[in-house]
Amino acid sequence: MLVHTAFDRAEQVARHWAAAGCPLVIHADKSVPKATYDAFVKSLSNLPDVRFSKRHRCEWGTWGLVAATQSASQLMLDQFPDVRHVYLASGSCLPLRPVQELIDYLAERPQTDFIESATTADVPWTIGGLDQERFTLRFPFSWRKHRYLFDRYVALQRAVGYKRRIPNGIVPHMGSQWWCLTRQTLSAILSDPERETYDRYFKTVWIPDESYFQTLARQYSRQIESRSLTLSKFDYQGKPHIFYDDHLQLLRRSDCFVARKIWPFANRLYDAFLTDKAGAMKQTEPNPGKIDRIFAKAVERRTRGRPGLLMQSRFPVEGRENGLTCAQYSVFEGFSDLFENFETWLAKATGTRVHGHLFAPGRAEFSERQTVMNGALSDSASLRDYNPRAFLTSLIWNTRGERQCFQMGPRDHVKKIEWYIAKDPNAQISVITGAWAVPLFKSNANFSDIRQEAARLQQTESKHLEVLRSPWTKARVRIWTMAEFIEAPMEPLQTIIDEIGQQNLRGLSEVPRMSDLSGFGQFLQNLKNQGMHPYLMGDFPVAHDPHEPQQNKPKPYLVQ
Amino acid sequence: MRPLQSYRMRLKRRRAKVRAWRKHFSLLPVQNRTSKIKPGDVLLFSTFRDEYVRLPYFMKYYRDLGVSHFIMVDNNSQDGGREYLAGQEDVSLWTTKASYKKARFGVDWLNWLQGKYGHGHWTLVVDPDEFFIYPFCDTRPIRALTDWLDTSQVRSFGAMLLDMYPKGRIDAVPYRLGQDPLEIAAWFDPGNYVIEKNKAFGNLWIQGGPRARVFFRENPKKAPALNKTPLIKWDKRNAYVSSTHMVLPRGLNLTYDEWGGEKASGILLHTKFLDTFTAKAEEELERGQHYAASMEYKAYAESLRDNPDLWCKWSEKYINWRQLEILGLMSKGNWA
Repeated sequence: MLVHTAFDRAEQVARHWAAAGCPLVIHADKSVPKATYDAFVKSLSNLPDVRFSKRHRCEWGTWGLVAATQSASQLMLDQFPDVRHVYLASGSCLPLRPVQELIDYLAERPQTDFIESATTADVPWTIGGLDQERFTLRFPFSWRKHRYLFDRYVALQRAVGYKRRIPNGIVPHMGSQWWCLTRQTLSAILSDPERETYDRYFKTVWIPDESYFQTLARQYSRQIESRSLTLSKFDYQGKPHIFYDDHLQLLRRSDCFVARKIWPFANRLYDAFLTDKAGAMKQTEPNPGKIDRIFAKAVERRTRGRPGLLMQSRFPVEGRENGLTCAQYSVFEGFSDLFENFETWLAKATGTRVHGHLFAPGRAEFSERQTVMNGALSDSASLRDYNPRAFLTSLIWNTRGERQCFQMGPRDHVKKIEWYIAKDPNAQISVITGAWAVPLFKSNANFSDIRQEAARLQQTESKHLEVLRSPWTKARVRIWTMAEFIEAPMEPLQTIIDEIGQQNLRGLSEVPRMSDLSGFGQFLQNLKNQGMHPYLMGDFPVAHDPHEPQQNKPKPYLVQ
Repeated sequence: MRPLQSYRMRLKRRRAKVRAWRKHFSLLPVQNRTSKIKPGDVLLFSTFRDEYVRLPYFMKYYRDLGVSHFIMVDNNSQDGGREYLAGQEDVSLWTTKASYKKARFGVDWLNWLQGKYGHGHWTLVVDPDEFFIYPFCDTRPIRALTDWLDTSQVRSFGAMLLDMYPKGRIDAVPYRLGQDPLEIAAWFDPGNYVIEKNKAFGNLWIQGGPRARVFFRENPKKAPALNKTPLIKWDKRNAYVSSTHMVLPRGLNLTYDEWGGEKASGILLHTKFLDTFTAKAEEELERGQHYAASMEYKAYAESLRDNPDLWCKWSEKYINWRQLEILGLMSKGNWA
């Protein structure tokens, strides 16, 4: 048992092992103050089969841990000739099942070594890109204390192409440092005539405690079961996850013999597992997969996070967002100008949440013109324009599970948000270019004002189209000129709605009502006559309107 | 450029330390029980003024979390709060009649006390109306969190301020001594926050919530900052610069992940909006002792006279930390 802190807990666990008749050898870190160590030794002095081995300084990732294990193992083999299996544990390990069950389990498998041991090529555990290299470079500097030297020295060795020879052609293996070996295997490793060579080699390997026994066991073991009997989960930095009181049920169902690492103040865990009657574990259905899932999820959350969430502890730099928004949404440009009842029609046809112009100058036009939306998002234009990106991400995040659609157009405050939407793969953008002219056409303003406004809108929209057509755009963009669109409006509408992909598998039963466009061609011609050249709407013949407008003829059903 | 910037930050930090030293002369000890502090204890630092009614519950809340010792500064209270705290065995208390504003809203006082008593400890700096929430706070004491941060070699822990408010008029339900303020101010805004990065200090600048929505809707830039770093493994060289929003050295402000992941973070439930608030807003306005010429309080006093209801249809009622986690206001990070 390797111990370096929480000696009261270590004592408790040592007594638990001893009570089941297991002899113990304890190694305490050399950096533990003498007074503490002496008190610890004294506290266990009334147990007959407990020995204390020669102390080494154990820093994470260094040879000290292996040296400590070697001395302790040697002492165990010398002093207790009846021992058949040696279990390497730490002071923060906690036996979950009754020790007798473990003894019986090992007795049934007298020749088996339980040690996780895999070649570097086959495991994804390693961090920092050092997998094979941890065996071919030298690591004389501490990773924790002298990170700079550590990194520089690795870089230097890489630069000069330095490579160590691995002695005697052994194949490096890695795995959990918590193993259970048979006397045969362990003594063979410790009394190997080549041990000097191996020790010298592993002293400058990185994290030798995860590879020394794992590699050498392969040389001698008759039967290796490559897994650790100790349940030990590691996070993305290679630190062990810690178990707390609220993991009690989880651990009960883990079906493992020993768990590591336990928080020293987890009273409930210690009380429960050190006093459990033989049957306590059996009463619950074992479910070891659950622990794996919980910890895998924790790592995932720390490394990838929740896509589309901006919050106090997740604020990715550009390019690392892993999703600018959390769900797909649709942007419609020009549709509400061309169709009179587009919003209500769309809501009905798709069952989604349909907003008006979210970026309108006056206010954010939420659906049903609410003043506050999900998440207590305000419709205030100044709040929205203060950080439009946060506004949109929040809206999409707050409405998870309900697809959002909204209108946009050159009259809106699009400048600060257009790039953001264009780069978002979750955005589905459909544009009818030039449709902004329809409200002008219907308006009652002076023609000179109309002309000016048309020029401004056309310019804004053409800049906007440049953004949508840029190579950095990742949104799904569809652009039609107005002339093109009214030629056959149903087909594009059907495509868009199929892509939204909700309900509606039977085709569109109802068509949105298009504005009356009679005279629109002439209107465009008038603009041209005034020197303003409207080109975004495509070609509209002057005299006769391209199609008889649909609005007055009831044609509500479309058969597919 | 970068060495120059570092040097300027260093100067800033030094200046904050000097200020703290200068201001500490105005602190008079009432009860100094700091000899009771043991290594590894989590310490709480706070200033207060006329907040006796809040103190008993405040003390209970943080004792239950596992805070071992409270180091408090009384800013000339007249309501018996000082006497109450002086009688608590786990409190060390100082008092001062000096200006709160001139001590940079109490930061100088606490910087000095933290430097003196907090070195090597995890220190939590909160106001009497702030309640610290962290992942698993219902099952794990604060020591579990700080131990975990220690093993992860993390020195600071962020917790955004979350403004809590009642449903209906703020002054409708009176707050009683010893009561859990969340029984009254149970609601919050779940998703209207904006974040920007402060390039100079490296911290995130968070605004939003009901105060931006109601009081600052036409002037969002002036809305109060909500980012805070209240829990820090204190070193005597550290210094808070602006409340607990910013701290130097800058590394302590990096409580967020920039590569897409989530770091663990908590929440400070801010129970300012109780019936005590309306009176306080008027009083603070008179005293002019708050940030930016008490502009915030001016805005409150004006809005509060007309319509002191912060609640809206989309307000969320507080349940527990898991709810805040799911809403994306805080995160477990890789703590499981």
